[in-house]
Amino acid sequence: MSTTIGENIHRKEAWDKVSGNAKYTDDKPVTGYLHARILTSPHPHARIKSIDCSKASQLKGVRAIITGNDFPVLSGALLEDRPPIAKDVVRYAGEPVAVVVAATEAIALKAVRMIEVEYEPLKAVFSTGEALKKDAPLLHPDLGEYKRIQKDVQPVEYSNIASKFQIRKGNIEEGFSESYAVIERNYKLPPSDHLAMEVRAVRAEISVDGKIKIETSSQAPYTVVKQLSSCFQIPAGNIEVNVPFVGGAFGGKAPVTLEFLAYMACVKVNGAPVRLTVSREEDMATAPCRLGLEAAIKIGAKSDGTITAATFTFYLDTGAYSDISPYMSKAIAVDCTGPYNIPNLSCDSYCIYTNHTYSTSYRGFGHLCYTFCVERAMEDLAEKCGMDPVDFRKTNAIRPGDLTPNQVVSTYSNTGNPELCLEKLKTLLHWDGRRVKRIDNNRVLATGIACLWKSATPPTNAVSGSIITFNSDGSLNLNTGVVEIGSGGQTNLAQMIADRLKMDIKDIHISLAVNTRLNPEHYKTVASMTNYMAGNAVMKAANDVLEQLKTMGAQIYSCAPEEIEVADSKVFKKEQPDQYIEFKDIVSGYQTQNGTSIGEPVIAKGSFLLKGLSKLEPNTGKGRTGPAWTVGAQAVEIEFNQSDYTYKIIKAATVMDVGKVINPNGMKEIIYGGMSMGLSMSSREVYEYNKEGRLNTPNLRTYKLLHIGEEPLYQVEFVETPQTDSPFGSRSISEHGIIGIPAALGNALAAASGIPIQELPLTPEHLWRAKEGIHDSK
Amino acid sequence: MKYYEGDCVIELDVNNEIRKATVRPSDVLLDVLREQFGLTGAKPGCKNGDCGTCTILMDGLPAKACLVLAVEAVGHKILTVEGLGGHTPIQEAFVQYNAFQCGYCTSGFLMVCHALAERKPNADEYEMEKWLQSNICRCTSYQEIREAVKSVLKHI
Repeated sequence: MSTTIGENIHRKEAWDKVSGNAKYTDDKPVTGYLHARILTSPHPHARIKSIDCSKASQLKGVRAIITGNDFPVLSGALLEDRPPIAKDVVRYAGEPVAVVVAATEAIALKAVRMIEVEYEPLKAVFSTGEALKKDAPLLHPDLGEYKRIQKDVQPVEYSNIASKFQIRKGNIEEGFSESYAVIERNYKLPPSDHLAMEVRAVRAEISVDGKIKIETSSQAPYTVVKQLSSCFQIPAGNIEVNVPFVGGAFGGKAPVTLEFLAYMACVKVNGAPVRLTVSREEDMATAPCRLGLEAAIKIGAKSDGTITAATFTFYLDTGAYSDISPYMSKAIAVDCTGPYNIPNLSCDSYCIYTNHTYSTSYRGFGHLCYTFCVERAMEDLAEKCGMDPVDFRKTNAIRPGDLTPNQVVSTYSNTGNPELCLEKLKTLLHWDGRRVKRIDNNRVLATGIACLWKSATPPTNAVSGSIITFNSDGSLNLNTGVVEIGSGGQTNLAQMIADRLKMDIKDIHISLAVNTRLNPEHYKTVASMTNYMAGNAVMKAANDVLEQLKTMGAQIYSCAPEEIEVADSKVFKKEQPDQYIEFKDIVSGYQTQNGTSIGEPVIAKGSFLLKGLSKLEPNTGKGRTGPAWTVGAQAVEIEFNQSDYTYKIIKAATVMDVGKVINPNGMKEIIYGGMSMGLSMSSREVYEYNKEGRLNTPNLRTYKLLHIGEEPLYQVEFVETPQTDSPFGSRSISEHGIIGIPAALGNALAAASGIPIQELPLTPEHLWRAKEGIHDSK
Repeated sequence: MKYYEGDCVIELDVNNEIRKATVRPSDVLLDVLREQFGLTGAKPGCKNGDCGTCTILMDGLPAKACLVLAVEAVGHKILTVEGLGGHTPIQEAFVQYNAFQCGYCTSGFLMVCHALAERKPNADEYEMEKWLQSNICRCTSYQEIREAVKSVLKHI
């Protein structure tokens, strides 16, 4: 039978999703549950002087009220800086201050409004610039005493700096002295939201013997176990986390957030089942968002366009707490150049506290933010050198033998081929070197280009695992810890097994829900690493199946295992394919005609531990943080009206080096989705705060997303440069479609309007303000 | 409309079946469908009428179940995604064209599209867009949904 790799396979869970049968966390019946709701802070920075729950707790049906004093713990992914419920101080408007548990949701909400909190407002900071000033209020006066989970995260005591990573390569002064053209630019991106359609939700219950059961909408069930265990001193074995379908995540469901609250609420009601589902408004203002970024960039190039040196300074606005942002500052530093060879390089990447909603990983893990800045600067530098923007990028594209910012020697295997991506993009766009074409007096067509790359920055010891069992009809069950968040990861894994075992993918069943007790640990369903990490584990399990079947086959046919072939769900001797044993007759052990048994039931396993990664050298940033990069080139074409600053997005295109195409349509659609999210985010999405530091855009009426009819034509093509240590040579691609899009849109608009675009989002109003020099009075 | 006060027992015609529910007059249809009837295909994406994940059909027309009081639905025919049966042309088309990723907005989109195909089988692309702009999808690029809907409309 032919291979399934490279075939268009429909998602395994397709029919569940079109029939209403797919169950998400809060689809579980509510009967038997108590309901929890959160009281949040109206102030961005204030001392909590008192909390009076007496009236609220007297309301009929209220079972418990929890404040920060009940469980004085600190939590955090890298640095334990966040009390799950604010204690003594609130650091952003929207921060949880109390949790009410009641018989119904209506009673819980009523009680929330009856809690009386007295605050003493403190001076707040709303930009990284303000936060770095000498007299800036300190958000975390105890910063130096916080427990560091990862030792390479080094907060600066008595400052608002949660962490810093830096890159030093070559000789900056010499590099700039060779430059013919130098540009210096500043950029600014405000925070925005993941906006998964499913809001965060969690259920918790504790049995009388102390077994904790959590059901949650999470990308990281195994991390929920670990963080609950470490925060509350519970043996990890007592915690079971279940994750059914997840209704979109985009990084926003990788941190542990509501799980802490539900657990504490559950403890307070003696383990009775508790349900906590936040409102959309809380999902935006209370739960973590995408970070903001300010950047200062200087790049120099020779007259032929060869870049000689660059300095990058990035200030990440992580909001009130650091969560995973220190590692985003690391990821940004490591990949700061984009897929270009810059021999002399300096990069400082700071993660800074402000009184904004705290932030967490977002599709692309910080890459789309810095890429907007770097690719806008590249565009200006190309122009200053008088070069075609595509040729300029090709001239500087990273090639085998070049050193990446973290001084890894680039190879086709670990980096892919950005030059080929650009070449293919040119063909796809029918590129003639003209960025702007006039349509009439007011309107122009403009095209913007941007390149992207990204490597994952997982912990150096991240794991994955897989178990394969069989059903009595010979069909196969694949068991992994991969969460189905919408990226179709498990279908890709099934394709890999189908190929390895030469069996029909229809006979492969996948376990879509994850239970941390039953499914082998998969680090997190993040960083687009399912194909690589789970893929490697799954391939080992498939090999284990083959070995077990061949051993049994050899016993049955009295030959050597090497003489046995497995294909089409059959086991046979290579030279006698017409005499075979069907899977259903062998996967539970084989019985001969006279009743004797041979072999054992097939239960196969494969596990994977990341190897060869290292922490960065603190001074130079030298070190290997991820297994490989994925590179790509993107373009956005717009029709811009110069009279009123409105524009229509006509086309968005991506050429991505995916290593190997596993599922063409599936991979294209993930990239389409990324481009769509990038266009939505860069053209309109923004967390707007009012003067009081409260979110002005906490719902979908004020926070606008792209709707149908506003989308352009999407085009995706692939380059296949294999990553040799990954199954079938495939690379990570789930997040990547978003990364270069804000920059490409910015470049198109800059060309069309003549406005030196340095901020997002690119609304007509913002463009008009930039052109006319009219600043917000706020 | 009848005046309701306190907890009241109502009868709703959901997916061609008469079902009883005890509700408060302020309960929205979405919560009653999900919590009392176990029909969780309609999703609470925003409970503010902005996202469309809770879309159901009322007498054949799309309605946001988060904006309809349960007591308002009395006397109307309610259809949820579970009532489509699984193999309507639009459900087949959504699978065929991969018109979803995480699946959370899918029930709502399916209901709008199904109503469009039934009521306006000759709709053009402009009219299709107007109908579908009530809903939001965060995962796909909409191109996939557009292709799926076009395949069940007659003249596109």
